[in-house]
Amino acid sequence: MNFRLAWRNIWRNKRRTLITTASVFTAVILAILMRSLQLGAYDRMIDNVVSFYTGHIQLHQAGYWEDQTIDNSFEPNDSIYTILQKTKEITGYVPRLESFALASAREMTKGVMVVGIEPEAESTVTRLKEKIVKGRYLTANENAAILSEGLAKYLRLGIGDTLVLLGQGYHGASAAGMYPINGIVKFPSPDLNQRMVYLPLKQAQQLYSADHRATSIVISIDQSKDASVVATELRSSFKGKPIQVMDWREMLPNLVQLIEVDNAGGIITSGILYMIIGFGIFGTILMMLTERTREFGILIAIGMKKMRLISIVTLEILMISGLGVLLGVVLGIPIVSYFHFNPIHISGEMAAAYERFGMEPVFPFSIAASLFYTQALVVLGITLVLAIYPWFRLRKLKTIDALKS
Amino acid sequence: MAVIESIHLTKIYDEGPVKVRAVNDVSLKIEEGEFAAIVGPSGSGKTTLLNIIGGLDHPTSGKVLINGNDISELSENQLIDFRLHNIGFIFQAYNLIPVLTARENVSFVMLLQKRPKAEREKRTEELLKEVGLLDRINNRPSELSGGQQQRVAVARALASRPKFVLADEPTANLDSKSTANLLDIMARLNHEENMTFIFSTHDSRVIERARRVITLEDGHIVSDVQQTPHT
Repeated sequence: MNFRLAWRNIWRNKRRTLITTASVFTAVILAILMRSLQLGAYDRMIDNVVSFYTGHIQLHQAGYWEDQTIDNSFEPNDSIYTILQKTKEITGYVPRLESFALASAREMTKGVMVVGIEPEAESTVTRLKEKIVKGRYLTANENAAILSEGLAKYLRLGIGDTLVLLGQGYHGASAAGMYPINGIVKFPSPDLNQRMVYLPLKQAQQLYSADHRATSIVISIDQSKDASVVATELRSSFKGKPIQVMDWREMLPNLVQLIEVDNAGGIITSGILYMIIGFGIFGTILMMLTERTREFGILIAIGMKKMRLISIVTLEILMISGLGVLLGVVLGIPIVSYFHFNPIHISGEMAAAYERFGMEPVFPFSIAASLFYTQALVVLGITLVLAIYPWFRLRKLKTIDALKS
Repeated sequence: MAVIESIHLTKIYDEGPVKVRAVNDVSLKIEEGEFAAIVGPSGSGKTTLLNIIGGLDHPTSGKVLINGNDISELSENQLIDFRLHNIGFIFQAYNLIPVLTARENVSFVMLLQKRPKAEREKRTEELLKEVGLLDRINNRPSELSGGQQQRVAVARALASRPKFVLADEPTANLDSKSTANLLDIMARLNHEENMTFIFSTHDSRVIERARRVITLEDGHIVSDVQQTPHT
């Protein structure tokens, strides 16, 4: 009966209920779209850097991260690989030898990041092979290089051309080599796209006079959100060994900070939106209570306990806001899904501006379930907080005064 | 034992510098099965007396005993429960729940009493038949005339099987025909079911039908007479 009474009561003033529901709906759908766009962009940024380059977790020689020189490289051995194999969350791992070099072609030169990889294993972890846009991928034993697209463009190099690398090797040895270009990769991250050179691991070890050595072991896991948990697990496994374990959040503090700051902005904007809606709902509650004071008096006079009356009024408020949430979520799902599978591509000067900040000008929407239930919980929370007022007012209501109103 | 007994009942409203004695030392007894009218001009204290007897308002001093129990000792929730099981109310402005049909309005108090569904349905139909509204059972108050709404209010007041019914100016908003009809129904229920009715009124048509007329002036009882009702 409470439910039926509450449902009928909310339709006593159709216009007011529809306006309140519409305002909740507007807030919910705006919040869903805004947060979906934000979270989708964060996922994309993380995916671009983590999945295509850093991996979720890396192992280094202790001290490497603070002083990233080839002298702080290490020799990966079976005891390290055994631990990685035993950790069930790990889906793949691959050693890398990374260092800087000066890349030269004809009259052009540029500082680049040279990454020595085990081509097939690397591709299972970072899907590098999928990023080839010209030429072909590397094989383990060939003397060849692949370049990122931006770098190739800068150096005006194409497939079959020769790239010259100059740098400093392990313990001060000089590093110099010439490599025919096998393929060109394109990274979504503009930063990576401007500076990457990949060599087969053996070629890189030869170039830097660092036989059998690696600067990192890149690890991928099932879920990027579990990275810190798995990293903690690995830290305890490598306790006492000179191995540094870092998850992507520790390796990319700037990215994490950027996301956190932007995310906080989004949360504040949603908060303001919901605060405005909260006042709207509160206005409806005030009107509802004032209009029906006499009726409440009658109900109490004929024998309805105040708690039951309070629960009916609370139910009415929950129904009005619940309808708004339901509509917002139901309409939000197809919109968000569409933009998840058809991301917004920004072009022109705006795109160039994003790229200057190292961001890809592509914005897919997130379809995380939490996006939807969070809105429902927030509105539910606001409604319950607002329901304190009718609870307070009805508790204090004097039957005789209500009947006289 | 009297169904209702008021002992030196006084109600003073403190309105700034002026203190208004709405009810002034009223002692009276109402026996089971009475059909009594509390009459008097506007402001004589009729409604206040009825509200105090019905546990809707508290006296400044004095007591109200219902079947020998002092209702002033009850907590708010106990008083609500007490009203639910012992008192039927009929208000001047009908005061039905607008979103419920006639059937639902009548069965609502029985629902609050947690009576079984079958019993609720049976009694609701019986009562609405009694007040001649079986054909309007699924109509909402807005679809009923004033007289019909007040008849539903009578059915609602009786639905909880109360010990007595308090009716505050029940005919004030009704035309002559509806008034006569309503009074017939209440007189019949009083006669056939020995239901106690107490009205506050200044409607001569109601006063004529009462068997006891208690007259109030300035909060005092100035006369309390038994009479032979006009039929």
